[in-house]
Amino acid sequence: MAEIHEKVDVCVIGAGHAGCEAALACARLGLETVIFTVSVDSIALMPCNPNIGGSSKGHLVRELDALGGEMGKNIDKTFIQSKMLNISKGPAVHSLRAQADKADYSREMRKVLENQDHLTIKQAEVCDLLWQDLCGEIDRTESKDPSQRDKKIIGVKTFTGTVYECKAVILCTGTYLRARCLCGESITYTGPNGLQAANYLTDSLKKMGIELRRFKTGTPARMDGRTIDYSKMEEQFGDERIVPFSFSTDPDSVQKEQVSCWLTYTNEETHSVIRANLDRSPIYAGIIEGTGPRYCPSIEDKVVRFAEKERHQVFLEPEGLHTNEMYVGGMSSSLPEDVQLAMYRTVPGLEHCKIVKNAYAIEYDCINARQLYPTLEFKTVKGLFSAGQFNGSSGYEEAASQGLIAGINAAMWILGKKQLVLDRSESYIGVLIDDLVTKDNREPYRMMTSRAEYRLLLRQDNADLRLRKKGYEVGLICQKQYEELLEKEKLIHDEVKRLKDTFVGANQEIQSFLASVESSPLKTAVSLAELICRPELSYTSIAPIDPDRKPLPEQVIEQVEIEIKYEGYILRQQRQVEQFKKMEKKKIPENIDYDDIRSLRIEARQKLKLFRPVSIGQASRISGVSPADISVLLVYLEHYLRDKKETVDEK
Amino acid sequence: MFVKNTIAAIATGLTDSGIGIIRISGPDAVNVGDRLFRTPSGRSVLKTAESHMMLYGTVVDEEGTVVDEVMAVVMRAPRSFTGEDTVEIQCHGGVLVMRKILQVSLRCGARLAEPGEFTKRAFLNGKIDLARAEAVMDVIQSQNEYALSASVKQLRGKLSEVIKKLREEILYEIAFIEAALDDPEHISLEGYRERLYEKINDLLNRTESLLKTAGKGKIVREGITTVILGKPNVGKSSLLNLLVGEEKAIVTDIPGTTRDVLEEYIDLHGIGFHVIDTAGIRDTEDKVEKIGVMKAGEYAKEADLIIYVTDSSVELDENDRKILSFIEKKHAIVLLNKSDLGTKVSEEEFRNFLRDVLPERKDIPIIRTSFTEEQGLEAFEETVREMFFQGEISGNNEILITNMRHREALQNAFESLCLVKKSIEDGMEEDFYSIDLMGAYTEFGKIIGEEVGDDVVEEIFSKFCMGK
Repeated sequence: MAEIHEKVDVCVIGAGHAGCEAALACARLGLETVIFTVSVDSIALMPCNPNIGGSSKGHLVRELDALGGEMGKNIDKTFIQSKMLNISKGPAVHSLRAQADKADYSREMRKVLENQDHLTIKQAEVCDLLWQDLCGEIDRTESKDPSQRDKKIIGVKTFTGTVYECKAVILCTGTYLRARCLCGESITYTGPNGLQAANYLTDSLKKMGIELRRFKTGTPARMDGRTIDYSKMEEQFGDERIVPFSFSTDPDSVQKEQVSCWLTYTNEETHSVIRANLDRSPIYAGIIEGTGPRYCPSIEDKVVRFAEKERHQVFLEPEGLHTNEMYVGGMSSSLPEDVQLAMYRTVPGLEHCKIVKNAYAIEYDCINARQLYPTLEFKTVKGLFSAGQFNGSSGYEEAASQGLIAGINAAMWILGKKQLVLDRSESYIGVLIDDLVTKDNREPYRMMTSRAEYRLLLRQDNADLRLRKKGYEVGLICQKQYEELLEKEKLIHDEVKRLKDTFVGANQEIQSFLASVESSPLKTAVSLAELICRPELSYTSIAPIDPDRKPLPEQVIEQVEIEIKYEGYILRQQRQVEQFKKMEKKKIPENIDYDDIRSLRIEARQKLKLFRPVSIGQASRISGVSPADISVLLVYLEHYLRDKKETVDEK
Repeated sequence: MFVKNTIAAIATGLTDSGIGIIRISGPDAVNVGDRLFRTPSGRSVLKTAESHMMLYGTVVDEEGTVVDEVMAVVMRAPRSFTGEDTVEIQCHGGVLVMRKILQVSLRCGARLAEPGEFTKRAFLNGKIDLARAEAVMDVIQSQNEYALSASVKQLRGKLSEVIKKLREEILYEIAFIEAALDDPEHISLEGYRERLYEKINDLLNRTESLLKTAGKGKIVREGITTVILGKPNVGKSSLLNLLVGEEKAIVTDIPGTTRDVLEEYIDLHGIGFHVIDTAGIRDTEDKVEKIGVMKAGEYAKEADLIIYVTDSSVELDENDRKILSFIEKKHAIVLLNKSDLGTKVSEEEFRNFLRDVLPERKDIPIIRTSFTEEQGLEAFEETVREMFFQGEISGNNEILITNMRHREALQNAFESLCLVKKSIEDGMEEDFYSIDLMGAYTEFGKIIGEEVGDDVVEEIFSKFCMGK
């Protein structure tokens, strides 16, 4: 058989949200890139909820955008409703969520991919990874078992036998690896939405010594919109003033007519239908072997685990403008079709519903991401990166964020440049990846705001100030955008300084102004900044007593106001971050031998050997490693480094 | 919480000696020292003091009260043991004084040093040679393990339950806020502010009362394990009650009322005592009492000090002989109680009896007391103090450190809760509350040796039904 033999820089396996970002990043950085998908029509498919963003996930998208990712721009083009969540709470937890027209989203992303230089789309199933042993080079394991030796990736092979020689591979297989869909007793061996599963790659990965595990997730049914009685539901509107996801999108360009979502509730009847048929649920019958996520439980899970709750919310969300399909948020299920129909029909407004697509659970192969460095490269295979659900996460936004970072780092590695690792104090993306590679995650990982310990600093409104510079250094943000950022920084800095340095006295004009806005009178002169700190006042409301004010862009005012109002809290977190950074900067050499450190406790030693953390900071976050172990490690490292220095000096 | 990087500890042993040294080291050491040291004319001079120059003056607490006359020396980086800015305070070597000065320095911005931390810093800053690295690592690990086991040993029982309860309640509030932030469409925070405000006041009250007892020594469990031994109904429980100042042990005229063991933590003129009241010891057929008697024997083995109480209005017998054998190698005091009921046994007679049972022990003080009339107690307390300050009895150094750590953690937790309260009063949004609630949760955890880990996420999923 005559094989075709291609030569490229990067192969991206999978064209979901992770794969698209990874491929675009590599191609935009000038590397010849191929992106493989089992179906070109399913590029950037949204197989579950029809929205992007949400609490803390919105942060991820903004960060992704600041770094030069595509998701934010794409949802700005294709959203049909937008809402800033948590608006009554502090600025740190404001989070954007937009309903997408799924078909549009997918089509627009495909267009971007198709028009990207250096990027080729290929519909093919990758079955094999090709690699070489790194014997003698940097092999630290010296293992006799070939699967345990350090390797380097050299290419991939498709089902049809074509070989693509390459320098890096990025695995973004999502939920497709040995996928199995369950709907009650009926089981199909397909990926999401009936798409073809990828059944060969797992074996190839195992041969390389990569450990796989099995996770599970699920999706609710889609209804025919014509069979829903919306008069029995509460209408959920979008925001009046829409904030775009992307920092590059002009806010005025996205103000458009929006469609509504609808809220209804389950009831006792729903719950009794579920209870009566629990034995037919594959989860409770023990057919499902994968571990499912607790944060988006199936409706049967909710009914069992929260038995005291009389009702659960159900959101009906449109799948797009050109389809009648409605997504039934809150009621994912793996019950059999007949039970599903009976159950849905107990819900007010769904009495006569017709199901277009059944709810189902899906199981798939993925990895424990502790096998990865924070760069998302495998510790034992040079040039092999992975991102998205394959790494044990869930969610479009989590996937896209990892995809971008894996793409950037694959490119940086090939180009011989410094790789990009964001830490927990810089971004939600940093928290996400650090959690994935450092913690023992036992279920698909979802971003949550409580996972970010420095969240006052990691706001969605300042993602550009935090990360744009990094995107510029990597090469995904252009000069013009970078200069705009510098200008914005300067405006914010100058205005904060002006407000802190401008004092107003306790004169008649000021006092009567304060009285007019029900704020207590001054006893001594105060700065304008101090006035803004008062809960009842704001930057805008003190305009009458601040005649020297220059007109400033909305986003600048927002930053100025937040910086002043929350200064105390922000400073405290900044101080914590300083401490945190010290530990992150202390790197642990790759070839450290933990068995050589006698004073480590056995549990700590085992964990450290398993995770092989890159820094003292990362080591300290591994469960089972105590502060005393960290102290011991610090002393050992110092010892080790001095020893090494002495040997160098002797030479 | 604020991150404190300046550490303090008592550098000399925790026994009474001529001179005691409190060492403060870290970037803020000079400031901390400056806050507590005054020259004879009352000035703060450490900030500008010349390095390595001894200065005479006093240590004052926040109210300006003089704690002790001291010598202070500033050693600026890198010319110090740790290689960091260091202040050393040389004071009179009493345990009490050293402890007080250490506490003042903690309140002035230092935190208590971890086991082996000075040495660790010295090493990391290149002040100790490589040969000692291994030893340093061993010290850190072994001291840490010791401190942990000591800490856990002290905290079995009530106090740890109280702390656990506080933590559980705090965790619930954090999880509730976080769940609502993560899933605002399913969980509403309406009216929560008011509810939390009440809750915080309750938590603050409970923490404050813990802090108060900490001062008296109920939580600061350092020092001296004292076991009260004696036959039934000689007044052991009465002694405990007198020392504690409240009716803890049931006191009746019926022998054997104290069938198990009662424990209390008391503060006698600044010295912490862990007092254990045992069941009376005699030959008995009663099973429950027999267990108590066995326990008494075990406690006696662990004791730093044994108080032997006997009823001087009845004759000594075989039981006395048996119990006295427990104190063979221990520091002990004998109380001839019930002096108000007439004397069958005089001090002279008891001394002879003792010589017969324990010929080696001529040093044991014998004091006549009447607990019902509260006679002889002063003499007893005075004797205990003398024994302590002459270094005859002493507690365990490490235990003192863990206890100080408990108090520090408790104080930090209290401050975090105050910050939550302030955030509510300032009208801050709900997401700010969980930050300091987390601080309190972490600090309480330190007391019972529990880390935070994924507690919040676990709690969210177990208590709240999340959407999608």
